[in-house]
Amino acid sequence: MTDSTYPETPNASACPACDVTPMARRLVARATLDDAPDRGAILLSLPEVHCALCITTVERALDRHPGVNSARVNLTLKRVSVEAEPDVTAEDLIPTLAAVGYTAHEMDPSALSATTTDRQGRELLMRLAVAGFAAMNVMLLSVAVWSGATDATRDLFHWISAAITIPAIAFSGQPFFRSAWSALRHGRLNMDVPITLAILLALGTSLYETAHSGEHAYFDATISLTFFLLAGRYLDHRTRAIARSAAEELAALEVPRADRLVDGREETVDVATLVPGDVILVRPGGRMPVDGVIAEGTSELDRSLLTGETLPVFAEPGQEVSAGEVNLTGPLSVRVTAAGQDSSLHRMADLVAMAESTKNRYTSLADRAAGLYAPGVHILAVVAAVGWYFYTWDVRLALNIAAAVLIITCPCALGLAVPAVTTAASGRLFRKGMLIKDGTALERLAEVDTVAFDKTGTLTLGAPELLDADRIAAEDLALAAGLSGASSHPLSRALAEAAGRLEVSAEKVEDLVEVPGFGTEGRWMGLRVRLGRAAWVGAETGTSTEAWLAVEGQTPVRFTFTDRLRPGAQDAVDGLRAAGLDVWLISGDAEPAVAAFADRLGISNVVSEALPAEKAHRLEALSSDGRRVLMVGDGLNDTAALTAAHASISPATALDAARVASDIVLLGEDIGPIADAVTTARSAVRRIKENFRIATLYNVIAVPIAIAGLATPLAAALAMSASSITVSLNSLRLR
Amino acid sequence: MEVLSFLIPISLFLGGIGLAAFFWTIKSDQYDDPDGDSHRILSDEYDDHPKE
Repeated sequence: MTDSTYPETPNASACPACDVTPMARRLVARATLDDAPDRGAILLSLPEVHCALCITTVERALDRHPGVNSARVNLTLKRVSVEAEPDVTAEDLIPTLAAVGYTAHEMDPSALSATTTDRQGRELLMRLAVAGFAAMNVMLLSVAVWSGATDATRDLFHWISAAITIPAIAFSGQPFFRSAWSALRHGRLNMDVPITLAILLALGTSLYETAHSGEHAYFDATISLTFFLLAGRYLDHRTRAIARSAAEELAALEVPRADRLVDGREETVDVATLVPGDVILVRPGGRMPVDGVIAEGTSELDRSLLTGETLPVFAEPGQEVSAGEVNLTGPLSVRVTAAGQDSSLHRMADLVAMAESTKNRYTSLADRAAGLYAPGVHILAVVAAVGWYFYTWDVRLALNIAAAVLIITCPCALGLAVPAVTTAASGRLFRKGMLIKDGTALERLAEVDTVAFDKTGTLTLGAPELLDADRIAAEDLALAAGLSGASSHPLSRALAEAAGRLEVSAEKVEDLVEVPGFGTEGRWMGLRVRLGRAAWVGAETGTSTEAWLAVEGQTPVRFTFTDRLRPGAQDAVDGLRAAGLDVWLISGDAEPAVAAFADRLGISNVVSEALPAEKAHRLEALSSDGRRVLMVGDGLNDTAALTAAHASISPATALDAARVASDIVLLGEDIGPIADAVTTARSAVRRIKENFRIATLYNVIAVPIAIAGLATPLAAALAMSASSITVSLNSLRLR
Repeated sequence: MEVLSFLIPISLFLGGIGLAAFFWTIKSDQYDDPDGDSHRILSDEYDDHPKE
């Protein structure tokens, strides 16, 4: 693997835009690398592998392929990585796998940063293992001390405990020390500052006590504190890592490639290597990779991802196209006008970055708790130490009591309160097909009181469906089906499908020709027949999505289409309304289409013909009314609105930029789980708050005991374990 | 009580072996594909020697 040659992922605080624009970053990374293309490994996604036989079949088939050195299936990730000679490409291997019965999709290795190893997770796991090992051994010795070991035996046990604890903490406590240090350097307080202080002070006083044959040493409490806190950190990390790798997988399945025409020959190149002036070929069904001008060919373009319009737009030479549009009928040659840094994709990144900075201002519950907790604990410890010093004039006693206060108040339960609940909640939502990308997404989702839906591609599938199919004369439908059979235009496919559903067999039409951008034409019983645009067949252009059928010498027949409802759309709208949310429909589509659609779903708050900026403004207007809005959208025109919203969801079919901008990605086709997401988020936040209350209750009981100087190491260990376990169990109650 | 001077080092040593073994499993990528590994033992290939 050559992943070390890719630039390190910039961290979120240094470069928020980099973090939210993986596509743009990948393009830049690839552009700098075009001399050394990644030939080490080909990654293929295999959604269907599931058994031992699958593994051997796939590996054997690939090993037999000429030029392949080795292949290894990863069943957990449902991927295979292939090491092969430089001239073997993914396109060669996909048919090989299809021949043995497995569908494979190429993946872009540069989009997968965490594929090889999750280094940070491993590190945390090792620290956790060391802390666990040390805690078990020290506890064993401590039980002997608690049950009455005295004098030399007690001192020996304390010394052994110290010998185990100090190196163990030096290794496993590093994440806390580092985070505390960086917070202090910037003049801030976070949860790790009291943790670090407690650990260091407890170690120091325990060591001093041990050296002076003292009775109380807190080695056991210190190390088990570290262990519990690391467990919380690791849970937190796992949740994030799973979400991140699933999001990366979605991105990696869109390999940025283009077919460049050079001297009449086609060659497949990385989108990053395109420069203005190049001519590329975009086939029907393909997405425009860059901004450009059509040089040759006529076709129709689906711009719904950019504007939300469902009506395909006619395309002819000289017309400008922008990245993200989908070519529908005929092949197009496009002269590139802007690529990489200058393209609309990159401009979108700036827009997202701007909106992102407002979202970063959200303080999570954990941060708010830490903001109250950290100063409170420090004040308590100082007051206890000073008070006891003036009462007894004994520094050693005063410090011991301060250490006991810090240990007992230390936020084991607080450190577990949030991660344990979010792990449980995101696992639950993941099983329902939802991917939580952002740590605070659940909390923000729990607060929403209004939801704004985009129409095309979100509540609908963006695929048309014939309207009133049973009211159309059977012979017209049969003829239309005959004409549309050969075409892959979405309207033709909808016609053919409607005919199949109504069991109308298609008429035989001769001399079929598809005229890109207009429709299909043929001969039927000696007459010329056409199916296509209104103007082409000599009819009046209407406002809805429609196709006309014209038989020579007869009045044209109209077929109207509507956008197909996404499965679960009605459930999602009803469920959200039942949860007490206001439902809005904000679409870029024309007014009649949007109004008809809103009626169908029973949505009364409707905005139509909204430009991208208007969508975002509308959301801002709603939030300045004191509402917290959940935006659900999929297109480039929704991206600004998705970032401006309090929380946001997009389907997996959404554009890269829209998925990146949203907090939650819906993996399946069904949109119904959105309602569940809101209720789950609400109950998760309720659990988190309960956990905080439980942790506070323990402190209210334990702190006076510690300040009174009555806390023993046994009491500290009991309080800490009991509160951590109660909090974890409470998190598991999440329904 | 003298037995403690044997038992404590022994218990630490045994625990340490477990810890070292765990480190080794992490370092040698044994948690990268748990599902695949549990299925691979059912396959007849590489029964005599592990895959390179």
